[in-house]
Amino acid sequence: MAPLIEFRNVYKIYRMGDTEVHAVDGISMTIERGEFVAIVGQSGSGKSTCMNIIGCLDVPTAGQYLLAGQDVGRLDDDDLAAIRNRMLGFIFQQYNLLPKMSVLENVEASLVYAGVPRAERDARAKKTLARVGLADKLKNKPAQLSGGQQQRVSIARALAGNPSVILADEPTGALDSRTGREVLALLQDLHREGNTIVLITHDNSIARKAERIIRLEDGRIIYDGPADAERAVVQAEGGQDG
Amino acid sequence: MSFFQSFRLALQSIFSSKVRALLTMLGIIIGVAAVIVIVGLGNGMQNFMTDSFESMGTNLITVTVVGRGTARSVSDDDMYELAQENPALLSAVSPTVSSGAQLKIGTETPSTSVTGVGEDYADIRQYEVGQGRFLRYVDVLRRQKVCVIGSYVSNEYFDGGGVGETIKIGGYTYTVIGVLKEKADSGEYGDDNVALIPYTNAVKLSNSGQISSYYFSAASEDVITQAKAAIEERLEKAFGSDTAYSVISMSELLDIMDDMLNVMITILAAIAAISLVVGGIGIMNIMLVSVSERTREIGIRKSLGARQRDIMQQFVIEAATTSGIGGVIGIGFGYLLSSLATKLIVALLQQDMAVTPTAGSIAMAFGISVAIGILFGYLPAKKAARLNPIDALRYE
Repeated sequence: MAPLIEFRNVYKIYRMGDTEVHAVDGISMTIERGEFVAIVGQSGSGKSTCMNIIGCLDVPTAGQYLLAGQDVGRLDDDDLAAIRNRMLGFIFQQYNLLPKMSVLENVEASLVYAGVPRAERDARAKKTLARVGLADKLKNKPAQLSGGQQQRVSIARALAGNPSVILADEPTGALDSRTGREVLALLQDLHREGNTIVLITHDNSIARKAERIIRLEDGRIIYDGPADAERAVVQAEGGQDG
Repeated sequence: MSFFQSFRLALQSIFSSKVRALLTMLGIIIGVAAVIVIVGLGNGMQNFMTDSFESMGTNLITVTVVGRGTARSVSDDDMYELAQENPALLSAVSPTVSSGAQLKIGTETPSTSVTGVGEDYADIRQYEVGQGRFLRYVDVLRRQKVCVIGSYVSNEYFDGGGVGETIKIGGYTYTVIGVLKEKADSGEYGDDNVALIPYTNAVKLSNSGQISSYYFSAASEDVITQAKAAIEERLEKAFGSDTAYSVISMSELLDIMDDMLNVMITILAAIAAISLVVGGIGIMNIMLVSVSERTREIGIRKSLGARQRDIMQQFVIEAATTSGIGGVIGIGFGYLLSSLATKLIVALLQQDMAVTPTAGSIAMAFGISVAIGILFGYLPAKKAARLNPIDALRYE
């Protein structure tokens, strides 16, 4: 079986006037089903571009990105949308909930685009909301909830579509440290339940909650290995520790 | 995403900013109301005209003999003969002579027009006799000094009666032998302010001393054209030219008026429809603003798997719903204005004319407003659908 995520010498090059910026500069890596991987790096290291490519929001300039064996670079806008809908669940730093819709409707949104019938939508959304401990907030608007609760709604939304990969982009960035820890604990739980999670962060202490760390610098991988060995290796190579 | 889902989203979005939605709809509301009132007004005018023409008799054919300076002429006998020879086409004929004589009742001089007519005039003009009797052939033949008065004259000067009273016409004393039933509204300016005398008398009272016009009644509505042709043929033979007379049928006149009104209404409605287009541009404007305000929402939806056509559909349906609701409000508003206009017309003009919006114009106005929403919603929706999800998600 093909790996879930496979980068084959992926480049993302932006042209700014006369200069070329290599946001992703020849990355190759694989992520298997059931892994909990943190992609970590300073701003400008290319981790956001990496996430956009993994999340099928963007396509590589060169190289191949295979998601469950399928080359995503050849697909058009609507095919990418369909893949995001079926295979990916996003968790954003700013939660990105739809403010005019209730919590339940927010969680149902991706199921609506998937064409899931109403009764099933309701049932699945309620189930995932119960999973993140918000079964009593179905009718609330996002603005009525705390930051931690809103982030849990967005986790429920990511889970509702039964995605192959959950992509979490700085999920604790807008939260205080305690609720941040709760959200991370929830992600670890989800990983133990068999979900594949890719966490993008600049914060090393958060990255270490994952099993595996991929550290980027200037668009290249400078470390790829178990989280617990990362500190020693990076320090030995003269990298800095956050 | 299903149509129904998009529709629900559209309603949610419209109701979350009601004032803005209302302002957006304003152009459409005004446009639709204007179209409905104008078409209603035209429709009312048409009904009013048809009614008044029908009260004159749609089978009516009027012949006017213009002065021509030759010895050739037609006499009343010729015209009666014409009617008798063509019973299938012409059912009745009556000369009409405007005497120009002054009517005097006691010491008063009413504005009543004194017209000389034949014994069939009542049938042709659809007058009914309320009291006494109408003129008879013998009255005409013997030039009896008798007259029939309209309901206005009867009400004003004889307390609703009048039979047996005497009045003076051009210095001669006439006896009232009949009172006509109300035909219009018993007003001063209408068919009820009349005094009818034998045309043989009226000819003597008039300046020209000649009969200048005839009223024919066609046997039925279906033979009006043939009847008219028969009259024209006879007159042509008599005068040797077709410039000395004119023959007009009421139904023809009604058709011409109808055509003119229709052209006028169409032009006015088209002008009103311009405001629908302006309203559509207003919707486009707000939708463009709305798309940039909701860039982040669009980004979120795209990250959740919305395809271009899902986003497109959402915004097009929102625009169509906005203008559709505007259309419905405009229809209500148009109805309100129509009934107000009806009251105003009745109060100011004393005419029984109703501004009646037609079902067709309502359906059309609603259809056009929805279509305008789709048309002008298309561009903003396309802009929304094409947004790059990464930029849209990052948009503050």
